[in-house]
Amino acid sequence: MSGKQKKTLYRIITAGVIYILLLVLHFAGALEKLPYKAIECLLFLVPYIIVGYDVIARAVKNISHGEVFDENFLMLIATVAAFAIGEYTEAVAVMLLYQVGELFQSYAVGKSRKSISDMMDIVPEYANIEEDGELVQVDPDDVEIDSVIVIKPGERVPLDGVVTEGESMLDTAALTGESVPRRVAPGDSIVSGCINGSGILKVRVIRAFEDSTVTRILELVENAASKKAKTENFITRFAKYYTPVVTILALLLAVIPPLAAGGDWGDWIKRACIFLVISCPCALVISVPLGFFGGIGAASRAGVLVKGSNYLEEMAKLGTVVFDKTGTLTNGVFKVTEIVPKSMRSDELLELAALCEAYSNHPIALSIQEAYGRSPQTDRVRNAEELSGKGVAADIDGQLIFAGNGRLMADSGVAFDQVSSGGTVVHVARKDEYLGYIVISDTVKDGVMEAVSAVRAAGAKCVMLTGDRKEAAESVSEKLGLDGYHAELLPGDKVAEVEKLLRDDGTLAFVGDGINDAPVLARADVGIAMGSMGSDAAIEAADIVIMDDDLNKIPVTVNIARKTVKIVRENIVFALGVKFAVMLLGALGHADLWLAVFADVGVSVIAILNSLRMLKTR
Amino acid sequence: MKKKFKLQDLDCANCAAKMEERIKKISGVNDASVSFMTQKLVLDADDGRFEEILDEVVRVCAKVEPDCVIIR
Repeated sequence: MSGKQKKTLYRIITAGVIYILLLVLHFAGALEKLPYKAIECLLFLVPYIIVGYDVIARAVKNISHGEVFDENFLMLIATVAAFAIGEYTEAVAVMLLYQVGELFQSYAVGKSRKSISDMMDIVPEYANIEEDGELVQVDPDDVEIDSVIVIKPGERVPLDGVVTEGESMLDTAALTGESVPRRVAPGDSIVSGCINGSGILKVRVIRAFEDSTVTRILELVENAASKKAKTENFITRFAKYYTPVVTILALLLAVIPPLAAGGDWGDWIKRACIFLVISCPCALVISVPLGFFGGIGAASRAGVLVKGSNYLEEMAKLGTVVFDKTGTLTNGVFKVTEIVPKSMRSDELLELAALCEAYSNHPIALSIQEAYGRSPQTDRVRNAEELSGKGVAADIDGQLIFAGNGRLMADSGVAFDQVSSGGTVVHVARKDEYLGYIVISDTVKDGVMEAVSAVRAAGAKCVMLTGDRKEAAESVSEKLGLDGYHAELLPGDKVAEVEKLLRDDGTLAFVGDGINDAPVLARADVGIAMGSMGSDAAIEAADIVIMDDDLNKIPVTVNIARKTVKIVRENIVFALGVKFAVMLLGALGHADLWLAVFADVGVSVIAILNSLRMLKTR
Repeated sequence: MKKKFKLQDLDCANCAAKMEERIKKISGVNDASVSFMTQKLVLDADDGRFEEILDEVVRVCAKVEPDCVIIR
C-alpha cells in the first residue's frame, strides 16, 4: 500500500469507529434526548468530514474550474442533500463506503499494474565490464557498441551481442515464453533480457542499450496501452454522456414529482441522491482497460507481443489466417525428402548423386551433399561438367553418370519416370540406364501441422500465399490440410489477394516473416510477424509479434483474446445492468442509498476482480 | 515530437479519459494518450512549441485532477 492509501485507510478506520459509536447511540435512543436536532447533525458531521474531507476539497476546487460533472462534486451533493433531509446515518455511510470502495479500487489497480510490470521485468540493471583485469558494474546505458561485457551465471543479459568466449544455456522464457533453454557458444548472437545459465559468457556488444531488444519490447508493451480497442473507445464516449444524463435525471426526479404531483420533497430528494451516487461510470472506465491490459500481459507471458488492445479485440473475431509459405510454414531450406532407386539401394543412389555433384555449388547440389553427410571421395570423380539448366555429368569410377532434370535425361536418351512432385526432381542415370530419382523439397516446419489444425479448430480458415510454383504450393497445402492457396504471386499480387480475402467475415490475420511482407502485414486487419528473436523489420511492421516463431502461439493468442473480450463484455453487462436496476428501483422508491453505493463502488470492485482473472491466464 | 511522461497519483480512470480529451484539444497537439493502466502520458506535439504546449497540458490536467502530477 502506498503512503497515500495508508493515510486513507487510517481515516476510514477512525471515521468508522466514531460512526459505529454514534450509530449505537442513535439506535439506543440516546441521541433523541439531545435538546436540538442540529447537535445530532453536528455529531454525524465529525466522521463525515474525517473520511470525506478530500472529496469535499476536490469537489470545491473542481467546481471552481467549472467541472460540474465531477464525481467528487456529485458525491458531495448527494451526501449534503442526505444531511439536509435528516438522513444523517445514511449520508455518513455513503461517504464511508465510497472511500472504502475507492481505496480498494486503487489498491487492486495498483496491484495488477505491478504484477503486469513484474511480468515484464526484463530490464537489466547493470552490465559487467572488465577494466584492468577487474570486473566493474556499469549502467547498460553507458556501454558502447563493440565493448566486451562479461555475463556471470544467473545474470540477465544486459545488451544484445555476439558471444566471443564461453558456453552456456540461456533461459529465454521472459522473451519467448519458451521454457527450454537455448544453448549458446562463441559466434552465436544473444539478445538482452534472457537469463544466463551456468556458464560465464564474454559478449561483444552489437547494439546500444536504447536500441536493444529489451528496450524495444518494453516500449512496445507500454505503447500498447495507447492503441485502444473499440470497446474501450466506446466506454470512454459512453462515460462522457452517462454522468451528465444521470445527473440531469436526478435533478428532474428531485424537482418534478413534488411540484407536479405534490410529492414529499424529502422522499424525492433521497431518490435523486441515489442517482447522483450511481452517476460515476468508474466501474466501466477502470475494468475495461484493465481487462485488455491483462490480456496483453497474458499474451506477452506466452511470448506474444500484442501492440494494442485493438488487435487483441480483432484476434477474438479471427476469421481467416493467411500464411506466407517460405520461412513461415516451411523452413525455406531445401532438403532431400525422397530417394527412389530403380535397382540399387537408396544410399548407393544418393552416393552416386553426391559424387556427381561434388564440384557443384548449386543449391540442389548442396542439399544432396548435406543428405549424403560425408565428404565425397573426389578421387573417384573425373571430368565433372556442369550442364547449365539441366544438371551435371561426371565420370565416376570410370563410368559416365548423369544427374539432372528431365531435359537432361531426354537429351541423353534415357527413358525416365515422369514424376509430379512439389519439389525439385533430380534424375540419375548411368549412360542410358535409368537409376532412379531424388526429390529435393522445402520442408514443413516442426509444429506447423498442429498449429494449422488448432487455428482451424478455433474456427478460422487457413490460406497460404506464395511466390513459389503451383506444384510446390499444392504439396504443402495438401500436407497441412489448408483451406486454400494462391501460388506464383508477385509481392504486389499478395496485397491484392489479401484485399479479396478481406471481404470475408471476421478478422484477417496475415502471418509472415516480416521481411518482404511489410505491405501485406500493413494491409491485413492484423499483421503477425515472426520475431525470430528480434528481427527489426518484423517487429516494426507487425501488429502482433510471435517472439519464438512458433505458429502454435496463434491459437493461444486467439484464446487469450476471446477470454479478454468475454471478461470485458461480462463487466459491461454486469455494471450497466446493476446500475440501471438500482436506478429503476431508486426512482420507484424501493432502493436506499446503501444499495446505490453498492451499485457504484461495489460494482467497480467486482468488475476489477473479474478483470484480474486475466492476469492468471496461462 | 513525441514524448512520454510519467503521471504520479493518477487515481481516477474517468479523469484519465477526461484529461486525454482536453489535451487533444490544445492547439499544437497532434495526438495524446493518457493511460490509466501504465500511468503514462504520450504527447505528440509541434516541435517548436513543445515546452509551451507542455505547460498548457500541465494546466489542463491540474484542472481535471488536481492530485495528478506530470513528471517532466
